[in-house]
Amino acid sequence: MSTFSAIGEEREIDRDEYTPGVEPQPTWCPGCGDFSVLKALKQALPEVGRSPEETLLCTGIGCSGKLNSYLDTYGFHTIHGRSLPVARAAKLANPDLEVIAAGGDGDGYGIGGNHFIHTARENHDMTYIVFNNEIFGLTKGQTSPTSPKGHKSKTQPHGSAKEPIKPLSMSLNAGASYVARTAAVNPNQAKEILIEAIEHDGFAHVDFLTQCPTWNKDARQYVPYIDVNESDDYDFDKTDRVEAAEMMRETEESLYEGEVLTGRFYVDEDRPSYGAEKQSIGEMPEEPLAERYWDDDYEWERSHDMFLDKHA
Amino acid sequence: MTDDELIWRISGGSGDGIASTSQNFAKALMRSGLNVFTHRHYPSRIRGGHTYTEVRASSDPVNSRGDGYNFLLALGDSFARNPQEEAVYGNEEIKPLSENLDELREGGVIVYDEGLLDASEIPNFEERAEENNWHVYPLDLRGLARDMGREVMRNTAGVGATCALTGMDLNHVEDLMRDAMPEKILEPNIEILETAYDQVSEEYDVDAPDVGVPTGEHDETQLLMSGSDAISYGAIDEGCRFIAGYPMTPWTEVFTIMTKNLPKLGGISEQVEDEIAAAALAVGASHAGVKAMSGSSGGGFALMSEPLGLAEMTETPVVLVEAMRAGPSTGMPTKPEQSDLEHVLYTSQGDSQRVVLAPGTVEEAYEQSRIAFRLAYEYQIPSILLYDQKLGGEMTNVPKSHFDREPNPTLGKTLSEDALADEPHSADGKFHRFQHDVEDGVSPRSIPGQKGGRFLATGNEHDPTGHIAESPDNRVAQIDRRTEKLEAIRADLDQEDTGSYAGPEDAQYGILTFGSQQGTVEEAVGRLNDAGISVKSYGVSDMLPFPTEQVEAFVESVDEVLVVEMTASGQFRGLIQKNLGRYGEKLSSLLKYNGNPFEPAEVVDGFETAIIEGDGDASGQQTTFVPAAGD
Repeated sequence: MSTFSAIGEEREIDRDEYTPGVEPQPTWCPGCGDFSVLKALKQALPEVGRSPEETLLCTGIGCSGKLNSYLDTYGFHTIHGRSLPVARAAKLANPDLEVIAAGGDGDGYGIGGNHFIHTARENHDMTYIVFNNEIFGLTKGQTSPTSPKGHKSKTQPHGSAKEPIKPLSMSLNAGASYVARTAAVNPNQAKEILIEAIEHDGFAHVDFLTQCPTWNKDARQYVPYIDVNESDDYDFDKTDRVEAAEMMRETEESLYEGEVLTGRFYVDEDRPSYGAEKQSIGEMPEEPLAERYWDDDYEWERSHDMFLDKHA
Repeated sequence: MTDDELIWRISGGSGDGIASTSQNFAKALMRSGLNVFTHRHYPSRIRGGHTYTEVRASSDPVNSRGDGYNFLLALGDSFARNPQEEAVYGNEEIKPLSENLDELREGGVIVYDEGLLDASEIPNFEERAEENNWHVYPLDLRGLARDMGREVMRNTAGVGATCALTGMDLNHVEDLMRDAMPEKILEPNIEILETAYDQVSEEYDVDAPDVGVPTGEHDETQLLMSGSDAISYGAIDEGCRFIAGYPMTPWTEVFTIMTKNLPKLGGISEQVEDEIAAAALAVGASHAGVKAMSGSSGGGFALMSEPLGLAEMTETPVVLVEAMRAGPSTGMPTKPEQSDLEHVLYTSQGDSQRVVLAPGTVEEAYEQSRIAFRLAYEYQIPSILLYDQKLGGEMTNVPKSHFDREPNPTLGKTLSEDALADEPHSADGKFHRFQHDVEDGVSPRSIPGQKGGRFLATGNEHDPTGHIAESPDNRVAQIDRRTEKLEAIRADLDQEDTGSYAGPEDAQYGILTFGSQQGTVEEAVGRLNDAGISVKSYGVSDMLPFPTEQVEAFVESVDEVLVVEMTASGQFRGLIQKNLGRYGEKLSSLLKYNGNPFEPAEVVDGFETAIIEGDGDASGQQTTFVPAAGD
């Protein structure tokens, strides 16, 4: 039996395998958009052929972090804003793992914003799903980085004086090589986008609009949505940075005017992933590092043999 | 203090090559058969600003800086700011000479570069030289270097003059230069070295040196190594192949050494956006089955509090190193202090379960780096190696045989897929990663990608499968189990005994210290005993779990104990009292927090005044005495 025999195993995977025996029913509020992320992942993972035990799902804190409890893979429910650094190190340690990170808009665009920018910049081969509900849900309805200007809450009683974050533009500028937005109300598109994101060889950022029916009652249910790749009203080349940037800008502004634009906004299939870049300069081994610890024939180097003579 | 020692101080400006010149000279002395120990003093500036390195050499073992020094090589500061009458930093150009006079011993030697330094700018220089019987040699080192090569080679000229004046064999220096220098600059450097040597030998009577270089012999191969080197090699020999970090003085040294070497070992180094990410990456890599580390200094380590707690809660093995410098906040970036002790012991929320080791010497730094990894992986707990700018940067000779040990890449209680199949699982196939009743509190783990090992790691309290759980019974069982690991680790450490003892076992008095002050305290203990004072010392390395029994036995065995540490608030003394729960009336403190480590004489003086003479105010010029409770 090899060390990580779950990896690369050829078999049919049933979507029920991702449903845990303990707490099979999520505790999210009725009508919560988070259910759609769970459902889309359960559909996408079998289609890309990634089983629960070759998948590592790293989450942050918030309602989105509960995803780990309801999707039965290897999981790491980290701390607020820190899912990305944990996830990308796991990918470097064992590139054969399917690594997915997920968190909310406060988690990813607020407290973890620095990690988001740098993970996108480095283009790690992983998928990052941001549950964007324009609110802090689990802590009961405070204004979040994507809440619209003027948003009133107990922490912003006079209405937020801040412009919301532009997550798609930020992602593009930082260096993500796949940027998409989908919405909980569009399960087919969500599934397709997640499949593409998982299969994409680089940092795939999916801004997933997940309505919060409890704490963000004012917000739209993200309907009607428009798929910018299919609508005749929009014509842009998603492989062109400049056109993508323009389309993102329009999308981000129109969201706050009640128009929900979704789809693939930027796709760069040519940019090598971070792991490939590191391997090309000799800074990362070709074989997954995690396997070496199980290789009985590997002769572990000693400092005594390799590094001490220059001190003599 | 022994007479038969050379303590050579080379001073100049940051960026003038003081560090590399002194390192080469120290190595030459080591190769000549001597024991060496270096001490660095430098500012937080890229170029300019007074900096010096001391090289202490003796045929006897040396584990500390000395008291003052006896040979000064004062070079110019190439990057000194223009002196202005009223400038707060004063005349920087003259500092390599003027700033170093107070600590020069009577009868000492001064070689200074008269091409750059004008001794007449120093008030009463000649009178002071006469009073102290200093032997002064103004030499135009810059002129000589310029004539035969380039001005920057004046360091080499200074070393040549040093060799002539101390009776040091030039061959040791030349050999080193041949090893270390590229062809292009080698020849002019050799020429400058020899010319300076010859000129000084001709011009002055060097047959009876004012301060001579001692002679000695090693019976095995020696290595010149710093604490940062030793920590890095310890990590490598424990199979660490992943490091993540963000630059910060003085931790950057370990990060740099690992980053240079890891690619040669098929390992990975990551420079990341901040220290939160750095520690989180180490946790992520370890979770995926690789032996991993991160580290920082005070302020950067503060950012690691969150991932440190996450590692504790998820029982992810990880090693963090903390290179202390003077705080609070940015403090004094290049100056040593031990005042992050409490920070490292207690940072991060909740009841913590971690290991903290503070090695005292370069040799211990290697050993305890290995112990830190072994404990982290065997007990699934974060281990922190706590050291400081002093131990990280000082260089001393260590026998090569010290490192001739087997590597240990084992991951600890980590199950193969075969073994996983026999472990408890839930009905849905989830592996019970966090079982309640297990030996030493260590529940075996699986690695993502393994069949039959699926579990959830979470910073929330969790049940045996990792599922978030808040039932009182489970909570108590899990926190008790995680805490039980510390008891097992204490028993484990008792087998190794990382403590360092000096002085007679039946001594009347005791000195307790931790970390990098150990060598200095041990030298002081030797001198006190030579002077007829019966005292012994115990350098403690295990900060957590604390060796309560050993420390209690030590305190119990003596009349009084002086606790020596580089903090302003007596943190180590507080830790001792917290763990022992009494003896407040028996422990007094000698503290130093002015940015410089203790000299042995300061410990000797403090001890004599405070303990032997019982003087109420035993504070020295640079040290602070805090009496025992009730005194």
